[in-house]
Amino acid sequence: MAHAYTSGLRVSARTVVARTRRLPLSGKVLVEVGDRVRPDTVVAETFLPGPVHNVNVANALAIAPEEVPGCMLKQRDEPVAKGELIAESKGIFGLFKSSVRCPESGIIEMVSEVTGQVLIREPSTPVRINAYLDGTVTETLPEEGVVVETAGACIQGIFGVGGETHALIRQIVQSPDDEVTGEMIDDRLRGRIVCCGSIITLDALRKLIEVGASGVVVGGMRYHDIGDLLGYQIGVAVTGGEDIGLTMIVTEGFGRLPMAERTFDLLRSMQDREASLSGATQIRAGVIRPEIIIRSDGGEAAADQVSAAGRGLETGSLIRLIREPWFGELATVASLPEEPVRLPTGAFARVLEARRTNGALVTVPRANVEIVET
Amino acid sequence: MSLPTEINVILATDCGSTTTKAILIERRDGAYRLVVRGEAPTTVEAPFEDVTRGVLNAVREVEEQSGREILDGDRIVSPAGGGRGVDIYVSTSSAGGGLQMMVAGVVKSMTAESAERAALGAGAIVMETLASNDGRLPHERIERIRQLRPDMILLSGGVDGGTKSHVVEMAELIAAADPRPRLGSGYDLPVIYAGNADAREDIARILTERTELSQVDNLRPVLEAEHLGPAREQIHTLFMEHVMAQAPGYGDLMAWTHVPIMPTPGAVGRMVRVVAERSGIDVLGVDIGGATTDVFSVFGGAFNRTVSANLGMSYSISNVLTEAGLENIARWLPFEMTDADLKDRMGNKMIRPTSIPQTMEELIIEQAVAREALRLAFEQHRNFAVELKGVQQLRTISDTFDQQTGGRSLVDLMNLDLIIGSGGVLSHAPSRAQAALMMVDAFQPEGITNLAVDSIFMMPHLGVLSTVHEAAALEVFDRDCLVHLGPCVAPVGTGSPGTPCATVRARTDDAEWTHEAALGELAAIPAGEADEVALEVVPSRGFDAGAGRGVTVARTVRNGPLGVIVDTRGRPLQQPEDAAERVETLQRDYRALNLFPESG
Repeated sequence: MAHAYTSGLRVSARTVVARTRRLPLSGKVLVEVGDRVRPDTVVAETFLPGPVHNVNVANALAIAPEEVPGCMLKQRDEPVAKGELIAESKGIFGLFKSSVRCPESGIIEMVSEVTGQVLIREPSTPVRINAYLDGTVTETLPEEGVVVETAGACIQGIFGVGGETHALIRQIVQSPDDEVTGEMIDDRLRGRIVCCGSIITLDALRKLIEVGASGVVVGGMRYHDIGDLLGYQIGVAVTGGEDIGLTMIVTEGFGRLPMAERTFDLLRSMQDREASLSGATQIRAGVIRPEIIIRSDGGEAAADQVSAAGRGLETGSLIRLIREPWFGELATVASLPEEPVRLPTGAFARVLEARRTNGALVTVPRANVEIVET
Repeated sequence: MSLPTEINVILATDCGSTTTKAILIERRDGAYRLVVRGEAPTTVEAPFEDVTRGVLNAVREVEEQSGREILDGDRIVSPAGGGRGVDIYVSTSSAGGGLQMMVAGVVKSMTAESAERAALGAGAIVMETLASNDGRLPHERIERIRQLRPDMILLSGGVDGGTKSHVVEMAELIAAADPRPRLGSGYDLPVIYAGNADAREDIARILTERTELSQVDNLRPVLEAEHLGPAREQIHTLFMEHVMAQAPGYGDLMAWTHVPIMPTPGAVGRMVRVVAERSGIDVLGVDIGGATTDVFSVFGGAFNRTVSANLGMSYSISNVLTEAGLENIARWLPFEMTDADLKDRMGNKMIRPTSIPQTMEELIIEQAVAREALRLAFEQHRNFAVELKGVQQLRTISDTFDQQTGGRSLVDLMNLDLIIGSGGVLSHAPSRAQAALMMVDAFQPEGITNLAVDSIFMMPHLGVLSTVHEAAALEVFDRDCLVHLGPCVAPVGTGSPGTPCATVRARTDDAEWTHEAALGELAAIPAGEADEVALEVVPSRGFDAGAGRGVTVARTVRNGPLGVIVDTRGRPLQQPEDAAERVETLQRDYRALNLFPESG
C-alpha cells in the first residue's frame, strides 16, 4: 500500500485553517462572504420540528377508531393549546359526553381512523451554529452553512473529550515533562485553556472543572481517569458530545507522555492569546482530531505548504514512534528498506530504520510511526 | 451488463472502510484459481470522494503483479480477449459505514426479531429495533427514529389476516418522525413494508407521502414460519438503487460491475450458506475487524448472522475492555501486568488503530483481546440464532419436567463441523497455531470440529461471485481461500483434573499416533505433513465426543499446523482462579504447543 504509516498530527505555527459550519437540517445562512466573524458569531440557523405527542382518542372516548374523525373538534394542521378540548363524543341525546384535552400546545399533525390516534406536534425549536473560529467567511453553502477561514497556529491532538469552546491560553508548567497536580489549580484558571506537560492527575482535572476552566491540553492522561471523570468508559473513539464542564485534549496518548516539544513551545508562545478549542474526535474513516486554533495577530492568510505527510516518509523525516517498546519517542528515519522484515513477533512487515534521540538505531514497522508535521 | 457465455477471467473487488481489495481469478487447466491480490486505500472519503479511484488503484496493483492488462485508462476491459481484460467484474462494499438499517415490528420477540434477522442476513448493521411492546412510549419511539439517520427502514408486523392496528400505528409513528436518510439530502428515505398483507393500503396511505415506500411479502406470514427471502432481496435492490447511488463514485462503479454490488457481510454470509449447503454440514463463520465482529452460522440448514457493532480489534478495542472486563482479558496473559498499564495500552491502540504489535508481549495482549471479542460476539450470536418464538408447541406428559418456552438456540457446538475465521488478527496471526487456539478458546467447540481461516479475506469476493458462477467460487474457496488449521477434539464430561477422558488415535498413510487424554489438558498430536488424518476418538465412560457418552467417533479430518488439537480443559473452559497459578498454566500450555516461540 502506498501509505503504510499513520499520517501525523498537525502542529503548525502558521497555516490557513478552514472549517465548514453546517446545519443539521436545511435553514438560513445569516452571514455573507467576506464577513469578519468571532467564535460566537451566529452564522446560520434552522428550526427543528418539535416533539410529537400522541393521544389515543378512540380509547379515551370509548369509540371505534373510524369514528374518531367525526368527534374531532380540531382538525389536521390546526393549532391547539395545552388543555384545549380537541375531541368530544356525541353522548346520549347530547348528554354524558366524554372529551379529550390537548396534552401540549402545538399543531394537530394526524388523525388516524385505523388506530384512533391523534398526533400533536409541538412548535419548532431553533438551532443555531456559531463561527467557532475568529476569522472570515469565505464561502456560503445555501441553506446549509458557511466556510470560515483563519490564518494562524493549528495544533491537533490525538484524542479529545468535550465540545467546542474558545478562551485564553494559560500554560502552567515549565517543561513538557512536568506533571500537573491538584495543588497547582486555583481560581485564576477560571475561563482559561490550561496547557500542561506530560500528565495531569484526576484530582487536578476535577479541580479544573470546579474552578470553571474552559479547557485543558496535556501530553498524556491515564485512560481510566477519563472513565472516572465521565462516569463511563469510552469504548469507541467517537467523542465531542460529552458535557463535563471543560474540553480536554490529549496530544500524545494514554499514560505519562511528555508533550512534544514543538507543541509545548508553540503553546508557550501563545500565552494569553485567544484560542478556539474542539475535543471532537473520530478515529475511523473520515478522521476528526481534536484541535487548538489560534488566529495570528495580523490575520492575513498564509499560503498552505505541502505537509510532511503529503510528501510521505523520507530518509531524515522526523517521526514519532507510536507503539511499544519505544512508545512516544521521537526519532528520525535512517533508511527505508523495501523488503518486508521478520519482527520479534514472527510477523513480516515493511519496516524502517529509525535513529532515536539517544543515537541508537532501531527497526520499527512503518505502521508504528507517525510523521511529525510542521 | 450482460454476462458472457464463457467465463475464464474474473476480477472481484471488496471496497472496505479503509482498504479496497482486488483479486484476479483465472481458469487454468480446467480449474479456477486465485492468481494475485492487490489492495489500495479506499477513496470514498475526502479528499477523493470517489470510490472508483481506490478500485482502479487496487486493480493496477493486480495488473502489476499478474502482468495482465486489465485497464484501458480508467475503464475495465471486458470481455477478455488477446490476453487482456476480464470476462466479468463483481464487487462488494462496506465503505462509508456499510448498510445501516432500522427495523420495526409489532412483537419484539416475534415479528421485530424476524425483521432484524432479515436485515442482518442481507448484510446490514441494525441501528435500532422498534416494537409495539419494547417498553417505550410512542413519543420516545418517534424521538429515536428522528435521532437516527438510517439508510433504510424495514417495517414488519402481524401475520397475514391478523390484526393490523399495531403495525399501522408503527407506520404512523414513522411518518410522524419524518425520518431523513443518512446519505443525500434530496431524496426520501426508503421504507420496506413486509408485514400483514391486509394492512398494505393503510401503510401506503400513511407512508407514501413522506418516504420511498416499497412493499414485499410478509416476512412472518404465519407464526410458525419466517419468509425472509423477499425482504432480503428488496434490501439488496434498495441498497443498490438508493444507498449506493448516493455514495460518491458508486454510480460509475455500479455501471462497471456485471452483477449488483452486494454489502460485504451479505456476500460473506452467502458464501457460508453455499459451503454449508454443498456439504450438508453445520458451519460457523466469524469475521473480526477493527470496529465490528460479524458471526455467521448455518445449523440444521438455518442461516443466521449477527453483527457486534462495537467489538473490534482497533477502533472499538476499548469497548471490548468495557464489555468483557479487565479480568477476562488478563486471564489469557501468561504474565502479570498492572491494570492501568493494560488499559493505557488498549486506549493507545484505539487512538492509533493501524499500529501493529512489535513485541511478543504486545502480540499476546492483542490476541487476548481477540479471544474476548470473539467470545462476546459468539455469545450474542448464540442468543440471537434461535428457534422461532411464539410458535405453539404440542406437549405430552413426558415434557412436564422439560418445558421449553420456544426460542431455543440453534447453535449446537457438538454438531458443529467447521469454524472459519477471518479478519486481520486471525488471518494474519504470525503463526496459524495462534489463530487456531484463539478460536478454540473463544468458541470452545465440542466433540470434533475442523478449524480454518480465510487466507486473505476472500470470502466477500467469492460470495458475490457465487451469485453468477457458484462453481468457480467454490473451486477457489477450496483451493486458495481456506487454510486448514486442523481439528479440535474436545470430549465433554465432568470429573476431577487428571481423570482419563478419551483415547485419541490419529492415522495417516505413513504413521499412527495415540494420545491418552486426561481432563485439564491442552495438547496437540503432531500428524506429520499429510493433508488428511483418519481420526478415532474413544471417549471414556461419561464423556461425549459427538456420538453420545462413551461412544467411539471415527472421522477423516483435514490436518493442520499443530496436527490434532486435544482440548480437555472442560466445557465451559476451566481456568485456575489464582492469578499466579493461571499464569503458570498458560505458560505451560503455550510452551507445550510452541505457540509463541520467543516468549519462553
